[in-house]
Amino acid sequence: MWDFPLFPSQASTNAPRLDALMLFEVGVLIFFSLLIGVLVVGFGIRFRRGNAVDRSNPPTHSQSMEVVWIVIPMILSILMYAWSTQLFFDLYEAPADAAQVDVVGKQWMWYLQHPQGRSETNELHVPLGRPVKLNMTSQDVIHSFFIPAFRIKQDVLPGRYTSLWFQPSKVGVYDLFCTEYCGTNHSNMIGKVYVMEPADYEAWLSEKGVGPSQAEEGERLFVQHHCAGCHRGSQTVHAPKLEGVYGKPVPIQDGKDVRFVTADDRYIRDSILLPQGEVVAGYEPIMPSFKDQINEPDLLKIIAYIKSIANRETSQ
Amino acid sequence: MSASAHARRDDGRPADYLSDTSVASWLLTTDHKRVGILYMLSVTLFFFVGGVIAGLMRLELMTPRGDVMSTPDAYNRMFTMHGVIMIFFFLVPAIPGVLGNFLLPLMIGARDLAFPKINLLSWYVYMIGGVMGVWILVYGGVDTGWTFYTPFSTMYSNTYVVTAAVAVFITGFSSILTGLNFIVTVHTMRAPGMTWFRLPLFVWSHYATALIMVLGTPVLAISVVLIGLERLFQFGIFDPKLGGDPILFQHLFWFYSHPAVYIMVLPGFAVISEIIPCFSRRPIFGYRFIAFASVAIAIFGFLVWGHHMFVSGQSMYAGAVFSILSFLVAIPSAIKVFNWTATLYKGSLRFDTPMLYAMGFMGLFTIGGLTGLMLASLAIDVHVHDTYFVVAHFHYIMVGGTTMAYLGGVHFWWPKITGRTYSELWGKLSALLVFVGFNLTFFPQFLLGYLGMPRRYFEYRPEFQVLNVMSTAGASILAVGFVLPLFYLLLSLRKAPDAGPNPWGATGLEWQVESPPTTHNFHEPVLVTCGPYMYSPEEAEREYASQHVHTA
Repeated sequence: MWDFPLFPSQASTNAPRLDALMLFEVGVLIFFSLLIGVLVVGFGIRFRRGNAVDRSNPPTHSQSMEVVWIVIPMILSILMYAWSTQLFFDLYEAPADAAQVDVVGKQWMWYLQHPQGRSETNELHVPLGRPVKLNMTSQDVIHSFFIPAFRIKQDVLPGRYTSLWFQPSKVGVYDLFCTEYCGTNHSNMIGKVYVMEPADYEAWLSEKGVGPSQAEEGERLFVQHHCAGCHRGSQTVHAPKLEGVYGKPVPIQDGKDVRFVTADDRYIRDSILLPQGEVVAGYEPIMPSFKDQINEPDLLKIIAYIKSIANRETSQ
Repeated sequence: MSASAHARRDDGRPADYLSDTSVASWLLTTDHKRVGILYMLSVTLFFFVGGVIAGLMRLELMTPRGDVMSTPDAYNRMFTMHGVIMIFFFLVPAIPGVLGNFLLPLMIGARDLAFPKINLLSWYVYMIGGVMGVWILVYGGVDTGWTFYTPFSTMYSNTYVVTAAVAVFITGFSSILTGLNFIVTVHTMRAPGMTWFRLPLFVWSHYATALIMVLGTPVLAISVVLIGLERLFQFGIFDPKLGGDPILFQHLFWFYSHPAVYIMVLPGFAVISEIIPCFSRRPIFGYRFIAFASVAIAIFGFLVWGHHMFVSGQSMYAGAVFSILSFLVAIPSAIKVFNWTATLYKGSLRFDTPMLYAMGFMGLFTIGGLTGLMLASLAIDVHVHDTYFVVAHFHYIMVGGTTMAYLGGVHFWWPKITGRTYSELWGKLSALLVFVGFNLTFFPQFLLGYLGMPRRYFEYRPEFQVLNVMSTAGASILAVGFVLPLFYLLLSLRKAPDAGPNPWGATGLEWQVESPPTTHNFHEPVLVTCGPYMYSPEEAEREYASQHVHTA
């Protein structure tokens, strides 16, 4: 009965760093709780009614004491703030070499797509020691992706992408929870994260045979949804080519002005679903919206395809 | 009885405010003391309704599988109703509605609040919202969580979201009316000589609370109206499928709901600042710092709402700003705790029931506040956000803080309100049971949260069970601690009034009139000539010694 855990396992590079900060703050908590506790109990015993002690001229104010108990907590607060904000900023920006896994949450399951082509449900397989970036969206309500052993969490929103990154540091199987209340089976929107040796991970990826990669799937969809009809050089329709576009600034016609927007996941997503919003300068706003026609996983595949041709020269 | 209600008593004193017992006299009263009693009856009712729901939830969470309630939906409705009832119908109105209404005019030497009819109206408005809340509970409940997050609440939930939104909207107006009344009363109705720095700290805290009620509650009203518009007419404000932004709702909601935390806890500070000097028999330490800390909390409380949204997808720079502001808002709270502690030094301390509650408050509020610093730390919040750590933290503030303070205040002013004393032995036992039961219930939840158990989970991983069983065991002790006062306080009403005007030997103006007070509060014009809390510990010791010499 008494072998229940009191502390979560540390399985990412972030976990021990976060736990160090946590232990420091627990120390601060214990110090001040004991301070108040000891003073309250101590004064309670010493100054209890009937105990003969000096009670002459009880002080009613003291500028210097107020300064002491404002300045000391302030200094500790700023220290904790600087430490935790540093860790938080590190958590925010994924390293450039992180492998991207796309995540779609919906009531009440997680769909995860690896770039190599394999997808999974409520399970995430990742290689040990390599940074992984999750690019996440939701098909319906807000969810939240939480791996306690990695000490990371990020809300997953409908209509936009949020991201999260981690570097697993210990082989094992860890819990995955949805932590934003999302309806009836919220508590069953859970899964497992498998941290594997890189070789095992490679084997796992090709376990079901080497299929098309996510980008190849995306190219198929690109043709199937007739994107290619216009965006691959058409005689009749004047549409921008998409080779070499991803990650670069794109000129957008904004009334009489032109402004630049980086062609990232958000821009491509919005251009497919809300094509009239940000039209490239020099082109007519003639593209139809694909809202409600392409589901979230397919959108991510098309984006993966457009990303995969980022280094290709425009064919004309 | 009612025939003689307006008659004078045998000894020639005018009848007290309780002597007219007709139903109409209660439902049409504009006496601030009677409105306070109406609030007391209603918040007590809602507290026990919310408490029974909490008990059912704890029972369900005894085992990892869902087995007490038939479906996850039943559990989801339970935690939503628990939150809605406890926050909007108990915590927000409890101390201001009951003790604030009753005591604020007495403390400043006034005949009543500035707008007595509006005061009664606020209770009716509150009850309309409350009855709607209970109606929703009986007819199936709401399953959005008390936070009503979009787009779940607007487009996906199949429950009475709009009715709940209307109930919250209506109840909000009762807060606004109470706040308005308090502000005008404190500005215009102080007795001659009652300068701002002679006000009891109870009044300062309620003044700060009233500011938040008036400035913050309209934003809550706007948020729930927008929910209604999107749900009924597909307005496209929050759901991205309709072109809305789900994060916008969180900004609007927390812009009220974080300051609302201070609406709930500042009145707790109000009560503690009265109890501690009285039972220490000495002036409070750092009066001005405590007074200004209340106002500082009311102002800074409006600038920290984004700390509920560190993982929501808001910008990391926004997170960084909200984080530092959240650390800073903790400073005024720390000032208060340190000043209360210093007030014990060189006092002549008695440990009657209100003092035990106040000391419990200091310990639990300190832990609640310091765990708040952990949540203000961005990287830690990423891990513990929406886990049981947060649940434990805000229960330390809301139950360990506000509810302990409310009970302490009820025990402190019960002799004034009813004219009766209660059994000290049972009172001390209840304070002890609440303190022990509370810690056993909620401390394990800190551990559960750091382990990663998410909140609002109907079923959970088996390794979390032992801590959950502890929590449920604690909840049953806590329940006994909460039910006990109901019995011995009500039993005290069977006696003839025995308290006398000032059983604690306290200094406030409210203690200078009869218990229970007469309808008109004061018999002659009040003139204030000194500050509050003019206690003397040496005097108290002499009195104590002389009594003991006589009895020995």
